[in-house]
Amino acid sequence: MRYIEPHAHMVSRTTDDYERMALAGCEAVCEPAFWAGFDRSSPAGFFDYFSQLTEHEPRRAAKFGLKHFCWLCINSKEAEDVKLAEEVIALIPKFLERPNVLGIGEIGLNKNSRNELRVLEMQVELAAKFNQLILVHTPHLEDKLKGTKLILEVLKNDRRIKPERVIIDHVEEHTVKMVLNGGMWAGMTLYPETKCTPARAIDILEACGSERLWLNSACDWGVSDPLAVPKTALEMKKRGHSQSAIEKLIFENPKKFLRQSGNFRLPAN
Amino acid sequence: MTRQQVLDLYFLDARHKLVELAAFLDRVERADGKDDFRLKNFRAALTQLSGKEKNKAKLVLLAFSDPTIEPIAKAAGKGAVGAYPN
Repeated sequence: MRYIEPHAHMVSRTTDDYERMALAGCEAVCEPAFWAGFDRSSPAGFFDYFSQLTEHEPRRAAKFGLKHFCWLCINSKEAEDVKLAEEVIALIPKFLERPNVLGIGEIGLNKNSRNELRVLEMQVELAAKFNQLILVHTPHLEDKLKGTKLILEVLKNDRRIKPERVIIDHVEEHTVKMVLNGGMWAGMTLYPETKCTPARAIDILEACGSERLWLNSACDWGVSDPLAVPKTALEMKKRGHSQSAIEKLIFENPKKFLRQSGNFRLPAN
Repeated sequence: MTRQQVLDLYFLDARHKLVELAAFLDRVERADGKDDFRLKNFRAALTQLSGKEKNKAKLVLLAFSDPTIEPIAKAAGKGAVGAYPN
């Protein structure tokens, strides 16, 4: 079984995780820029982080035969400070030239505040200006429904943004259809305690079909499982889904979306 | 999958989770003090389970969701608690 992990925060994981993912059939891992668990004190902290994502982490992944790609942005948890966000966003264009960068992400909202929304709009502008793919983080728990609606409004109001070049991540049963109906891709995140379990993710798949849908572990420094995608593939097998249906969801679908970035190339292709 | 196959695959897991929910409510109810909005949301969500409507997972998630549409003035913190204070 081969798969692509389209959303994993490997800077927070050990080399053992890279090895386990490679053993489970992972061929490529994609790492959106995110919150470190604490606020960075200056734009210089982001400069170092972007360097880590574009220089150091690909080398670490390569030791296990894995291709490593990344997305760049300032995340919504650090977006309340608009001045900091402006300075960080100004750093991004020069990093977009690096060979493992797929686009702008994970942008979005956290608490659905006005400043978060302003910074989201600034980063959608950045993506449009540089013709980049967009990966969107939707808020947690009670904030997800409202945040998803606000995010979709921003994206739909910008005519330069093509829906098929946007992935809205962390969808659940109450948000998935509004994303798919908007023509965008939807990501289901597999977490042990929040977001989707493997069983619920497959329920959504069976209800909505597999077009423009992918799975990810979003493994990070919190409670998460870097092998969540292959474990969900096993759950699909238990339910009698065919091997080709499984491969479409965990390999072909993410490949189809990500290849819209010229930087996404797998060794076999 | 047939209904029988779904039951064979998931019944024990669902039964386990239902007993855990019941035990959680017993634990809360025998503890001293007052409820808060989270338990109110929780009880509202539970009523969705025994209804005849489909899409029960969606209805439960909606019971915990912020129903407003305007952005808030400023984020007071970063975390979410899982329920909305109606």
